[in-house]
Amino acid sequence: MTAETPQSISPAGAPLLHVKGLKKHFPIHGGILKRQVATVYAVDGVDFDVFPGEVFSLVGESGCGKTTLGRSVLRLTEPTAGEVQFDGTDIIGLPVDELRRLRRQMQIIFQDPFGSLNPRMPISDIIGEGLLAQGLTDRKARDKKVEDALETVGLRREYTRRYPHEFSGGQRQRIGVARALALEPKFIVCDEPVSALDVSIQSQVLNLLLDLRRDFNLTYLFISHNLSVIQYFSDRVGVMYLGKIMEVGTVDDLYRNARHPYTIALLSAIPDPDPRRRQKRLVLKGDVPSPVAPPPGCRFSTRCWLREQLGNPERCTTEEPELRVISTGHRVACHFEDRITATTVADRVAAQSVIDTAIAAPV
Amino acid sequence: MSDVFSNEPGIEAERLRRAEEAGEDYEVGLESLSQWQLAWRKFRHHRLALIGLGIIATLIVVAIAGPILMPFDFATIPVPDKIVYQGSPPSLAHPMGETGGLQRDVLELVVNGSRTSLFIGFSSMFIGVTIGTIVGSIAGYVGGFLDNLLMRIVDVMLSLPILFVILVAGRFFGNGSVVLIVVIFGLFSWMGVSRLVRSQFLSIRESEFVEAARAVGVRDRRIIFRHILPNAFSPIVVVASLIVAGNIIGEAFVSFLGFGVSPTTPTWGNILSNALTFIPLGNWWWPMFPGLAIILTVLAVNFIGDGLRDALDPRSRA
Amino acid sequence: MTETLSAPAPLGSPPAHEVLLDVRDMKTHFKVLDGIVPAVDGVSFSLGRGQTLGIVGESGSGKSVTALTIMRLLDIPPAVIGAESEVWFDGREILHMPLDSMRRIRGKDMAMIFQEPLTSLNPVLSIGEQIGEQVRLHLKVSRHEARDRSIESLRSVGIPSPEARIKQFPHEMSGGMRQRVMIAMALSCEPKLLIADEPTTALDVTIQAQILELLKVIQQRTGSALLLITHDLGVVAEMVDHVVVMYAGQVVEQGTANEVMLEPKAPYTMGLLESIPTAEKRGGRLSVIKGVVPSPFHLPPACRFEPRCPYAWDLCHEVAPELYPVVGSGSGRRARCHLHQAAGESRRVAALELHADAMRVGRGLKEDPA
Ligand SMILES: Nc1ncnc2c1ncn2[C@@H]1O[C@H](COP(=O)(O)OP(=O)(O)OP(=O)(O)O)[C@@H](O)[C@H]1O
Ligand SMILES: Nc1ncnc2c1ncn2[C@@H]1O[C@H](COP(=O)(O)OP(=O)(O)OP(=O)(O)O)[C@@H](O)[C@H]1O
Ligand code: SF4
Ligand SMILES: [Mg+2]
Ligand SMILES: [Mg+2]
Repeated sequence: MTAETPQSISPAGAPLLHVKGLKKHFPIHGGILKRQVATVYAVDGVDFDVFPGEVFSLVGESGCGKTTLGRSVLRLTEPTAGEVQFDGTDIIGLPVDELRRLRRQMQIIFQDPFGSLNPRMPISDIIGEGLLAQGLTDRKARDKKVEDALETVGLRREYTRRYPHEFSGGQRQRIGVARALALEPKFIVCDEPVSALDVSIQSQVLNLLLDLRRDFNLTYLFISHNLSVIQYFSDRVGVMYLGKIMEVGTVDDLYRNARHPYTIALLSAIPDPDPRRRQKRLVLKGDVPSPVAPPPGCRFSTRCWLREQLGNPERCTTEEPELRVISTGHRVACHFEDRITATTVADRVAAQSVIDTAIAAPV
Repeated sequence: MSDVFSNEPGIEAERLRRAEEAGEDYEVGLESLSQWQLAWRKFRHHRLALIGLGIIATLIVVAIAGPILMPFDFATIPVPDKIVYQGSPPSLAHPMGETGGLQRDVLELVVNGSRTSLFIGFSSMFIGVTIGTIVGSIAGYVGGFLDNLLMRIVDVMLSLPILFVILVAGRFFGNGSVVLIVVIFGLFSWMGVSRLVRSQFLSIRESEFVEAARAVGVRDRRIIFRHILPNAFSPIVVVASLIVAGNIIGEAFVSFLGFGVSPTTPTWGNILSNALTFIPLGNWWWPMFPGLAIILTVLAVNFIGDGLRDALDPRSRA
Repeated sequence: MTETLSAPAPLGSPPAHEVLLDVRDMKTHFKVLDGIVPAVDGVSFSLGRGQTLGIVGESGSGKSVTALTIMRLLDIPPAVIGAESEVWFDGREILHMPLDSMRRIRGKDMAMIFQEPLTSLNPVLSIGEQIGEQVRLHLKVSRHEARDRSIESLRSVGIPSPEARIKQFPHEMSGGMRQRVMIAMALSCEPKLLIADEPTTALDVTIQAQILELLKVIQQRTGSALLLITHDLGVVAEMVDHVVVMYAGQVVEQGTANEVMLEPKAPYTMGLLESIPTAEKRGGRLSVIKGVVPSPFHLPPACRFEPRCPYAWDLCHEVAPELYPVVGSGSGRRARCHLHQAAGESRRVAALELHADAMRVGRGLKEDPA
């Protein structure tokens, strides 16, 4: 219906967000003396660019570091190492006051429609707070903007004196969007904005996000674990696994021509409501390893079906694969990506036993 | 900067469509209740808590008005010519009877005692909650070394025996003063509050709405006062009610042992304590009425605490 | 109310032997401060021996309450169960039977898997003890035999070296592993019916794939019937033969999975399927179901979907629709919508055509007209 939405922007020109070597490690303290006993490698060396006007998505399983990455990019948590540039400005070194001023340009929308709104504040304060913090002290002007923002997300102007508990999940999510929008940002991190919503409400919020993107020329970093939503919503996608990006490319690169064994398995795992498209799936073994002790070499090696099929080559567990360019804009972190052929997946599916999938391979 | 929310007709149509999708016409809009109004609605359904509230309200009225109607001044009490150890049982003139010894009206004592006992319970609670909230907030928000230090101080405070401190302080500041008891009880009741507030800070600090506030550039001060404290308030209120109950019993306890408020100012505790030696003579009404007052108050306060716990818990429905 | 039911309503007759579970006009309401929540409001369906049935619906539509009512696991009060409601299981009425008899069925002939395995496993007992306890309770076997059976059932759900694992505690296992333990426990007494309430919602996609495939294989191997509850249309489509779609405490549509997914007949199901994002819809807006799920305290007067329904007309606001048989389909095919009765005759064709159009656009079979 709105065909002008720029769904396939070519990644050219200067990026709006440039991330390089970004790491975020959380120390784990233990014992009586609260000494550091271990480290969570939540985000462990991630590079990507987000270009103006595009939707760049991050997909991955729970605990792979998507949220941590999103927050580190906004410096809501201090990254351990790495570079983040927003619109040419280095964010990492920025003094607190300048960072606060920059916040109006880069916003975030949260997953939990219940936890992300302060239950003891009326909507006017929840949305207006950012404007106040950015120096708009005139109450009247602020209220006007709050009402405008509410209307923009499809809620009534009169709701400003209401409290969050009076709204349904989808409506609260709209309030969260209005809060981000009120500051008129250029860039919004959407951290699983529809995961907590019912199916019939998800599409409303996705529509809203796409409309706003077009109307206000927004750029999104969109985080989700729902592959169908990502396919519909994004221009380019990064697949994360244990704090690293495993594959990056355009939606077509990934969904039509996935080259990483993990991406292939992930895509095969989505249950499809259309019975005519039902296929046998490729089932991965075991669970995601703990980010406290990521496997040596390739992080996916413990669960990798390709490695198993190739007879467990040593290289997978000794050398960490780099994110290599395999075609324009399509990068993959796998040593043996070129060994995947039309029949590899089918062979694997035919050979697998779905009962024996509880445990991953030893390293 | 206002052109972003422009009023072009095209955009207006968009808005209408969006509003239609959002289905704004139902669900929201029947009544608007703040969190506190909602809490009151739930509280009202808690019968025991309502009774408790009634009792406490009555006692507070009695504590304020009572001593004016039946003043008590130890200095003007006439000393009887002959000490009569046997008091007189409840009668029309003295509904709670008369004490042995000085032949005081028990009702008069209990009414006057309520003022001191409630005063001690509530003001020591205020001191405790204030200190506890400040210490807990600092520990929870600042964290690190300061947090560690403050929590160790809490540990030390928890290991001090209050009786001993009252005895020693009595030596320096004079035995039996109400203010001293209030201060000491206050200083001994903040530790639980501070631990509670600290843990509330630690969890609320990580909540998404605080993160969201930070993301729009809100400063620390506002985050503490507008986001964290209001949300930590309900558990504090619950604990506060328990402190009041605990300290009223505590006062009775130390007065009973003779370390509390001097008998020149009646408290429920020291009335009981004085009655002790006369019980063998059958003066049952003398200890009974102050004792009942203590039990009633503590029960009432605990009921209120229970009611508050349910009413302020956003998850509880019925 | 089941417990205090003074004069049980005269029971209907038992269903045919092939029918394992027959739910008839189930009503489960909750009395809460703000009023009454009609969580399940007149739900009927049946499930044959060895067959699979899915219940789909959004959050709060009453799926879990349906399952818990069948298992008799709800506290009464606040729950109130309709006096005329019946649940027939394996030839017996179980909703009104004494709880003691029900306890013998529960865990043995009828077992349940919950969404969050951590909260439904006992944290202080090893998993061997938990499975063994259940086996010994229901099968009256020796301690030793119970242990062997526990090991066997753990092995059957793919848990490696089960002899060592039975000594572990729930918190020592990953989410996927715990869900396997739950399945092993549920299957240890070879139940005739397995109820799975969102068994994979808390899991990651790749683990969900493991568990779903496992459930499929095991269900086929043991021949137990499966009642699968989920909000994921994809999961139902893959896992079950028959589907019941719930909305606001009522069944709005039922049929085989293929029928419901390919040719939905209730506007709610039609809207849901239209709104699913697909590759082909890229660049356009998604079609949506407008509005929000009604609050249980302010249900629309007649059809509960009416305020959100694109096809609604006056009748929908005045008369509550029944679960009408769908014209031209088999006996099990029903939809709760006036479009499927005489008065809706003229509108039905147009509505189904509109839906088919939307789906063609969504599947890339047709250009978006706009
Ligand atoms: N403050 C913290 N302290 C210690 N560890 C943390 C902290 N925050 C996150 N982690 C850990 O870092 C890892 C990545 O977490 P993160 O929340 O970024 O994952 P995610 O991909 O967003 O997962 P989900 O899909 O569940 O939201 C997890 O193992 C998590 O336990
Ligand atoms: N113990 C209870 N007391 C009061 N209301 C309840 C209770 N349990 C459930 N309900 C209400 O019954 C309705 C149906 O709940 P139910 O748990 O069956 O939904 P569901 O379909 O399983 O949803 P979900 O997908 O969120 O699990 C809801 O409105 C819920 O609030
Ligand atoms: S590098 Fe080896 S282990 Fe890693 S994905 Fe490629 S084949 Fe699998
Ligand atoms: Mg996350
Ligand atoms: Mg449920």
